[in-house]
Formats: sequence, C-alpha cells, structure tokens
Amino acid sequence: MPVNTKAIGKQYEPVAYAVGREKIKEYARAVGESDPVHLDVQAARAAGYADVVAPPMFAVVYSGPSVGPLIFDPEIELNFAMMVHGGQEFVWGAPVVAGDEITTTASVKDISEEDGRGYYVFESISTNQRGEQVCRGTWTNIVRGV
Amino acid sequence: MADFQMGEQIREVKVTPDKYLTVRYAGASGDFNPIHIDEEFARAVGLPGRILHGLWTMAQVARAQTEAAGGPEHLRRLSVQFRGMGVPEQEVSVSGTVREVSDGRVVVDTVAEQAGKQIIRNAEAELEL
Repeated sequence: MPVNTKAIGKQYEPVAYAVGREKIKEYARAVGESDPVHLDVQAARAAGYADVVAPPMFAVVYSGPSVGPLIFDPEIELNFAMMVHGGQEFVWGAPVVAGDEITTTASVKDISEEDGRGYYVFESISTNQRGEQVCRGTWTNIVRGV
Repeated sequence: MADFQMGEQIREVKVTPDKYLTVRYAGASGDFNPIHIDEEFARAVGLPGRILHGLWTMAQVARAQTEAAGGPEHLRRLSVQFRGMGVPEQEVSVSGTVREVSDGRVVVDTVAEQAGKQIIRNAEAELEL
C-alpha cells in the first residue's frame, strides 16, 4: 500500500510555550548539564543572559508539543504502532532564556516511501516573543511495512 | 576560546544513565511513552526492557559539542540518525572528529555508542566560535 502524500505542506495551529526557570533547571539536570548558565541565575546574568539559558536540546520541550499531534492526524495516515523516530535535526537561532514566550508552528515537510518504509518528515519553526527564530526542527519518523 | 583542528577528536563524553534516569527525563521532557518508563509494558511489546529516550541520547551528543566549544551558544545545528536502542545502567559514550574548520565555523562528525554499538550514527554538528 503506497503512502498517502496528500498532507504534504499542511500547516497546523501554533502552540505557545512559556519558558520557566525551574523547568530549564529540571531539564538541564536530567541531561547531565553542569554549565552554571543553565542552573544558576547569577552565573547566567554574569555571562550576559537575562536569566538561566536553556540547553540547545531544550528545543524538544518547547517544540515537541507542536509536532506530537501530527503523528495522530488521520489525514497523514501514519501507522504509529510501526513507527520509529529515525532522525532529528535542530538548527538554533537566538538563545532561549527563562521568561521567554515561544510559539511553534508545525508542518508536514515531506511524506515518501522507499523499500517498503514510509518516511514522514515534520518541521517545527519556533519563534520568541520578539519574533526572532529560536529553532527549526526537522523530525523524521520511519514506518516499517507501509 | 576553544581551538579546533581538522581531524582532531573532541573530548569524549561518557555517562552511565542510572536506573531511574528515564523517569526523570520523561518528566523533564514531557515524553511519557511507557516503553521508556514501564518495564512490563516494554517487555510486552518485545523490547528487552525499558529503553532510553533517543532525544536524551541526542542531548548527550549536543553536550559533547557545547562542552568542547565552551558554551551552549556555539552549537548552531545538530542532525542525527537514531539506530537500535539504548538501555539504562550501561555506559553511553559520545565521540566526535572535526571534519571542517573555516572562518570560525566548525563541523564535527559525531556518534553515540553503547556496548560497542552505535545508537546515534551519522550525526553532524555545526559549531560557531
């Protein structure tokens, strides 16, 4: 059964995320960050940030909720039971600090098929309250046996 | 300021995720997929047991770059491929080789391994110094 490509280009409603200081610290500890700019406000300010700064991979926290619903969008017809997260790319822009308001818009970048596998590529674009892009994510999900 | 030479290895990051790491990471990231936190569920769907979140392992790859470059602001891009699966309570090591250095821009080829198998492969990091 070929993959259905009709959802390519579909855009979704933006999702807002308010970045909290304790959330950054909780995330930084869970991934083993020891750089005090993620954990200590004074250290972050001394380094020139307005507040504790998010580790780059904190992008999954503010942009993940925008991409999750695409997996279950009936228009995409993705077989979740056979899905694996095959690849991920993030391109970072302006730094994210506690107090920022991040808005993320997800879209379907590509759907294709190769050797019986479906490739579902989603894109997330995250901007801060000043309209600066903070991250672009490319999420590649692979479905076996399409 | 960190100095990068073509062909050199970045300092390896070695970390052993403890038994409850996946639970803490689930809470921190919001990814509560039971394959990461529920031993019985993971076995019932044919896994050896709870497995690591791929994005946690990717965060270790990111950390190896930011530690080598001297701060989070230097990491501009990271792309990875996930392969196989990582498990708790076994060491994960991230290594990388500088492939390109030009005008303050550095490209590093990097991988994450556990028990001799690559769980993140073909990863590429772009740093700005």
